[in-house]
Amino acid sequence: MPVRELDVREVAEAVKAMCITANYDLPQDVYKALVKAREAEESPVGKEVLGQLVENADIAAADRVPICQDTGFAVIFAEVGQDVHLVGGPFEVAVNEGVRQGYDDGYLRKSVAEEPAHARRNTKDNTPAIIHTSIVPGDKVRLTMMAKGGGAENMSSLNMLKPSQGWGGMVKAVVDTVAKAGSNPCPPVIIGVGIGGTIDMVTVLAKKALLREIGSTHPDPRIAGMEAELLEKVNALGIGPQGLGGSTTALAVFIEEMPCHIVSMPLAVNVQCHAQRHETVEL
Amino acid sequence: MAARKITTPLTDDVVRDLKAGDAVQITGVIYQARDAAHKKLVALVEAGEPLPFELQGAVVYYMGPSPAKPGNVIGSAGPTTSGRMDAYAPLLMQHGLKGMIGKGLRTQEVKDAMKEYTAVYFAATGGAGALLAMSIVGNEVIAWPELGAEAVARLEVKDFPAIVVNDCHGGDLYEEGRKRYAKTV
Repeated sequence: MPVRELDVREVAEAVKAMCITANYDLPQDVYKALVKAREAEESPVGKEVLGQLVENADIAAADRVPICQDTGFAVIFAEVGQDVHLVGGPFEVAVNEGVRQGYDDGYLRKSVAEEPAHARRNTKDNTPAIIHTSIVPGDKVRLTMMAKGGGAENMSSLNMLKPSQGWGGMVKAVVDTVAKAGSNPCPPVIIGVGIGGTIDMVTVLAKKALLREIGSTHPDPRIAGMEAELLEKVNALGIGPQGLGGSTTALAVFIEEMPCHIVSMPLAVNVQCHAQRHETVEL
Repeated sequence: MAARKITTPLTDDVVRDLKAGDAVQITGVIYQARDAAHKKLVALVEAGEPLPFELQGAVVYYMGPSPAKPGNVIGSAGPTTSGRMDAYAPLLMQHGLKGMIGKGLRTQEVKDAMKEYTAVYFAATGGAGALLAMSIVGNEVIAWPELGAEAVARLEVKDFPAIVVNDCHGGDLYEEGRKRYAKTV
């Protein structure tokens, strides 16, 4: 298998473009889910709010402005084909250069503070990005950019459950997380649930789960059933759009799982606001 | 929903008349202030020094905008989570603050202060920053420009849409709305 050379300047360009478009253009699946929720919502106030969110997405796309002023922490998932030779400089420097340029050229808010335990100084260019890299077969590089807002991220939870707590314990952990969050994470939310692994991996699983397309069904029918049950229970809380009361608290619940230690039952809930901004490109 | 039009600064009479669940359209001047600005505002109040704006009757908007594109008044400008300002809000209400616009839950201390000092908490739609920016017709940074998106700005708004969440009589739309739509499954 010949090695393919890829200049990291292409990586920087792609990241820059994704930072901007992800923040201006709500993904179609999210947009459609908001339109559908507006029709189905039981609360008149909730309907009004969902109508505002649809209108907001239209304005952002047409005027080329951010959907939300919190344009997020840039989270990058990079799947690098093992037959790719990256040239022209360090990969992570290129990713951060793309973030820097995208947040500057796109008039996006810089929301990253360095030395969080003391100085909390704004880095002024929204770097560093959070970069999750995996090596995969092939000669392509697949990059996904998520603009992760802080309000919903703050409402997320890590739960080190006991195996004996079983599915009932898992349901409780997810529902309690959403119930406690209430109006804070800008519902209707999308809920990413990671199950298994270790404390580091389970949170990455929860974040990856957020990238699933709304309306898609998990290939494992058991997990698909668990997702449907969780969605029903979360929506029964009555929190509704913006927490003002209603039948649409979440647009979707997505689960990702992996093996865990025999004594463990890690479960992470990554809460995502309705502005689920992400984009993927293949180089 | 028929929205009630109100103008700033707010008087006690107007505040008393607002009930949890009321949709309003706000016109007049409101002040952008969030985390860092609140810390500084409270320090000034505690030191007995003048504030960058008149607090009596004022409405603050918990918001840090994205940068304005050339020719625009402001960037996207939706509310941030209000709970981070809970530690500061009661003292500001004691000194005349009448309205807060944000999103998300408030502590009991804040709700109690709203009753004691006759103040109101409005929710604007979080994540609707492009839409809400269209109701902001004037924008001038008046204090601490070095704070960037966290500076204090004087915003002129016209028919800015919001909903009363906590009124000065103890009404709480977050609690009432949730109860109304909760189901047993």
